[in-house]
Amino acid sequence: MNRFAQLFAELDASTATNAKLAALQSYFAQAAPADAAWAVYFLAGGKPRQVLPTAALRAMAVQRAGIPEWLFEECYQAVGDLAETIAHVLPPPATRSDVGLADWVQQRLLPLRGAESAEQATHIAQWFDELDAAGRFLLVKLIGGGFRVGVSKLLVQRALAAQAGLDAKLVAQRMMGYTDAKAMPDAAAYARLLAPASEGRVEAGQPYPFFLAHALDTAPAEFDAQLGPSGDWLVEWKYDGIRAQLVRREGQVWIWSRGEELVTERFPEIVQAASALPEGTVLDGEIVVWKDARPAPFNLLQQRIGRKTLTKKVLADAPVAFIAYDLLESQGEDRRDRPQHERRDLLEAALQGTLLQLSPEVQAPDWAGFAALRRESRERGVEGFMLKHRQSHYGSGRTKADGTWWKWKIEPLSVDAVLVYAQAGHGRRASVYTDYTFAVWNRTPRDVAEAQAVVDAIERREPAQPGALQLVTFAKAYSGLSDTEFAEVDRVIRQTTIEKFGPVRSVKPSLVFELGFEGINRSPRHKSGIAVRFPRMLRIRSDKPLHEADTLGHLEALLAITGAGTMAAREPTQ
Amino acid sequence: MAADLVVQRPEGLYCPAGDFFIDPWRPVDRAVITHAHADHARRGHGHYLAAAPAEGVLRARLGDITLQPLAYGEAAEHRGVRISLHPAGHVLGSAQVRLEHGGQVWVASGDYFVSGAGDDNRTCAPFEPLRCDCFITESTFGLPVYRWAPQREVFGAIDDWWRANAAQGRASVLLGYSFGKAQRILAGVDASIGPILVHGAVEPLNAAYRAAGVALPATQLATAVSDKAVLQRALVVAPPSVLGSAWMKRFGDCADAFASGWMQLRGARRRQGVDRGFVLSDHADWPGLQRAIGATGASRVIVTHGYEAVMVRWLAEQGLEAGSFRTEYGSEDPANDAEAPA
Repeated sequence: MNRFAQLFAELDASTATNAKLAALQSYFAQAAPADAAWAVYFLAGGKPRQVLPTAALRAMAVQRAGIPEWLFEECYQAVGDLAETIAHVLPPPATRSDVGLADWVQQRLLPLRGAESAEQATHIAQWFDELDAAGRFLLVKLIGGGFRVGVSKLLVQRALAAQAGLDAKLVAQRMMGYTDAKAMPDAAAYARLLAPASEGRVEAGQPYPFFLAHALDTAPAEFDAQLGPSGDWLVEWKYDGIRAQLVRREGQVWIWSRGEELVTERFPEIVQAASALPEGTVLDGEIVVWKDARPAPFNLLQQRIGRKTLTKKVLADAPVAFIAYDLLESQGEDRRDRPQHERRDLLEAALQGTLLQLSPEVQAPDWAGFAALRRESRERGVEGFMLKHRQSHYGSGRTKADGTWWKWKIEPLSVDAVLVYAQAGHGRRASVYTDYTFAVWNRTPRDVAEAQAVVDAIERREPAQPGALQLVTFAKAYSGLSDTEFAEVDRVIRQTTIEKFGPVRSVKPSLVFELGFEGINRSPRHKSGIAVRFPRMLRIRSDKPLHEADTLGHLEALLAITGAGTMAAREPTQ
Repeated sequence: MAADLVVQRPEGLYCPAGDFFIDPWRPVDRAVITHAHADHARRGHGHYLAAAPAEGVLRARLGDITLQPLAYGEAAEHRGVRISLHPAGHVLGSAQVRLEHGGQVWVASGDYFVSGAGDDNRTCAPFEPLRCDCFITESTFGLPVYRWAPQREVFGAIDDWWRANAAQGRASVLLGYSFGKAQRILAGVDASIGPILVHGAVEPLNAAYRAAGVALPATQLATAVSDKAVLQRALVVAPPSVLGSAWMKRFGDCADAFASGWMQLRGARRRQGVDRGFVLSDHADWPGLQRAIGATGASRVIVTHGYEAVMVRWLAEQGLEAGSFRTEYGSEDPANDAEAPA
């Protein structure tokens, strides 16, 4: 555990990829295989189920530190991370131990789940007392299920590959499913990751690593220069669903999400359709809710994923389809090194006689033609285009080494909004006000004076009069600004604070921001009755006076444009 | 009930009986200065009173001032108020101000550092606990999450880091405030590891420390060294303002680190954008503040800069009469320019 805590500290301290890689390699070179097995699991994003709720850990720490609850809360607000707060408020350890990571997880943490709470408390108090701050921090993260580290899975794979003298792609492939929630990594599993290339049979359900696309943000006029003629590219609509890999082998079907989770049971319709595929076929595609001959907004799919049991009604209300856009294996052969156009032909052949959909190729004479078609994206319920070079191979992860996939997304919806509340961030942004709540006018202010009167009333803490001009909240955002901009806004917030409600401050409205977002729908969450999806700050509109910020009417108009009240968008899947 | 010996005025903390100020932030006639950091010792006052070991640094920073140096523990009488200065352990010449008048004793701490057994700041006289009726205390690190490791562990970590960088042929640039922190680092590291270079802002203060009899290892101005072989093995002590400046370029691919109490927290460490953070502070940590306050035996405590609201509430819950003064002292550590949360 101490060695892993040290690795964590090294990874956490550095922003340089090479330093992180060196730290990982040095760890893997020294660690016992059973410990390394768990280290890979955690570093690659594996999350065992929460052993104890964080609230219970917090209560234990408060008691152990002998401080009142309010003082712990003050500390938490300053630190911005619960595990770190706990690590520091506790008295220094009385003893030191060096139990390995695997023993920590298997002998100590996992058996703790479901134990009597008195027994849990005794153990945890004892563990707190044998770890330093770095060890306690990790312990709380592992027990509370909140472990995260600033290292990509790709980097972990590179370090392992270097350790074993293997190709990183092979390690990536072997690692698929390694962090599955039900997985119990052990020395044997770790040895399989590092086995010589000739060894190691692929298990029947084993998927391939997903190839990820890069965002294209050049102007279409530059495309010819950057990408070459449009004819060299396979252009498809970019769907807003769940990226998934469909594995058909040995008479069975497995569906893997991009998060490497087996989601087969969630989509019985797709399993049924896929059973008509030839043996030894692996497809890449998107799961969407398909209604009225078009993809439905993502939130319908989200609702379906949220359901524990798939009743007939759920299946009827939100029927899903798998839109296939690539083929990675056919007749049991790995086809990822074949060019895109060949894989496309193989894909079309494989889909013959199944009910799976083929992602259609979009046709246009040139890039200008595609740019024009892209404007239909919102009406079609898609997010723009995917561009795949016809000669490109199917790579691993987000790399450009194997030809390139580009996502050419539509511009976000945007609105000019007023900052009205602020809250300090977490982690790197602890003690800096970085999380903002935004509002629009409920109607257009008549003039500067009317807007100013509203601001003055807010400053005097007078409640808004019903029906009168006021600012109504609709979004919270915390990303999109540089550190320098955040520091500047932080200063303004501290200078214009009206009231403090715990960690939240209300401010005298003075700043206008252009907010971008992907979707908009009705929601009771905010005062405006409208909520937006993935809001982020595009820029500070210091050129824009307060009374020219947008209105509720503008949001209503966007709602109308985007159709059903919601618009497709979510965490990019490709 | 006797009148308060110190009250808050727009110019600073004021002693009405003696008609003088302590660390005022606006120009006044008479000022008692606890230490020479810029937010406590400002230009423009008529008369200055400060601890004798602070004289060199004060004159170096403030120029030609009317300064009356007072040895630690010696008393000066002003309008019936007996004033004496006592070591605060913060930087060279830092002092607590003890005031005695009309049967009352008040102590204003200024900034101070107290630590565990045998772990004092070697570059200045250690903090002296004083009994008093009312204690005016700082609370820069007034939260229980601030708890310093023994100094030798911190210096051990700095030495290891320097040694490892030197082995890889990379300079180790350690950032810390030029006055106080820099000298504390110099006095604490193992000078046998390699050459020690300093920034131009640090060297004059080194001279003042040496003149006051504080032992520091040999240092060279970084700008005076061009030999790559020296640079690659060197520890370079510089103020944080050099981060990202042209001055840093001379070290090429170097390792950088920051020495400050704020480095205790990941958020502050990551905001700094340096490779390493060493938790090294010239201020008392939470246990140190509690110990210092307890040792005064004061029934009344007035909290100045830092997490004052938290400290006031905590002390009140401990049964003390606690209040706060709003001051314009900041933390000298530019690592955290954000105000303390309310």
